[in-house]
Amino acid sequence: MIGKRARSPFEALEDVHDGATVMVGGFGEAGSPIELIHALIDQGATDLTIVSNNCGSGEVGLAALLKAGRVAKVVCSFPRTANSTVFPELYRSGRTELELVPQGTLAERIRAGGAGIPAFYTPTAVGTPLGEGKEQREFDGRRYVLEHGLRADFTIVKGKRADSHGNVVYNKTARNFAPIMAMAGKITVVQVEEIVEPGSIDPETVVTPGIFVDRVVEVASPAHESALVAAGATYP
Amino acid sequence: MSETPPALGRTREEMARRVAQDIADGSYVNLGIGIPELVARFVPEGRELIYHTENGLLGMGPSPEEDAGDPELINAGKRHVTAIPGASFFHQSDSFAMIRGGHLDLCVLGALQVAQNGDLANWSTGEPDAIPAVGGAMDLVAGVKAIYVITQHCTRQGEPKLVESCTYPLTGAAVVNRVYTDLAVIDITPEGFRLVELSPGVDFDYVQARTGAPLLPSRDRASLETT
Repeated sequence: MIGKRARSPFEALEDVHDGATVMVGGFGEAGSPIELIHALIDQGATDLTIVSNNCGSGEVGLAALLKAGRVAKVVCSFPRTANSTVFPELYRSGRTELELVPQGTLAERIRAGGAGIPAFYTPTAVGTPLGEGKEQREFDGRRYVLEHGLRADFTIVKGKRADSHGNVVYNKTARNFAPIMAMAGKITVVQVEEIVEPGSIDPETVVTPGIFVDRVVEVASPAHESALVAAGATYP
Repeated sequence: MSETPPALGRTREEMARRVAQDIADGSYVNLGIGIPELVARFVPEGRELIYHTENGLLGMGPSPEEDAGDPELINAGKRHVTAIPGASFFHQSDSFAMIRGGHLDLCVLGALQVAQNGDLANWSTGEPDAIPAVGGAMDLVAGVKAIYVITQHCTRQGEPKLVESCTYPLTGAAVVNRVYTDLAVIDITPEGFRLVELSPGVDFDYVQARTGAPLLPSRDRASLETT
């Protein structure tokens, strides 16, 4: 019996442990699983390593998790965003470590981790500070750097709709990192606006097959980060 | 970024229009944030370009009407955009496979500095208290077939941005093919910077004086007359 439905975001994240690595979907606010992030704040796990393209804005979502002092390290391509003040303060004061990764390398490290590939060579960042100190090799006269796959203890992402087997479809550019992070999480939790019966999603249109998803939770009307920030909202 | 239009040479819009003239019909193009985005406004009639934005959309259309934006339909600059008929959405690994795999024809980017060997610096000034952020720039320059830079010829302090070697941290080594500035269009060649054409009202010596490395004359005198 396949039953992946969790009753609440909080229940879906009950077992996140201190020191866990958590991948968080989203590019800017598109695809950011705000309700799951807020549940993670409520849940209390700390000393987390967060893998995410950005570091949130205002004092909601990812920025609120950082502000709450729960994050020891972020693995990220672009931590500086309009309305982002929380991460810069933590970074400058040395309280949160940053591993800066080019966006495409970040994506491929996540994909590789989820696909059982421990490392791969990429031409990105060769000859730049982000390629320094990394193993290099030449193929067909061009230099490449060795990058390692990434896995996570937990992945939290946002979809549009899922069935109770965990098959997921997304909304426009909110898809971004979610399908590959879903592959790389030992436990993958997806929040969706609607959980439907198996068979309701055409198998031809499934983006994330259910095998990559452990828990689905319904958040019928997810908040948008920009609206919360504009309203001056904070969490908790 | 707001920059005062220079007294001499092309405005930002004229620079963007000049870049647009050189993009072949049917190209798949990624436009960086800022001045590069302006290029889309000036594509000559009769040419169809498909715009890629690395956060996961091929077939990006113009910004929507005010208040019609969808927070889940954005570009790499996190601005609201639209999707044209025939567009597709995809995840990050596919998006960067398009980039790194050499499937995109052209990327137009801004620059802090371009060196005479094509090195590009455009992501960091290397200041110790700056928050480092790179996004997809290093992947784009490593993978897209042609890299055009659009930039003011000099900084606001009057320092050349076209230099012998970059002093800022590199985005990529030997990656730039051509530079469009307010003063000139310049190719990166094995011999260094080579003039393609001067902006109207600008002469060679004026450009050379504002370029931090030797500028080779245009191979084609006739191109000096085009605008």
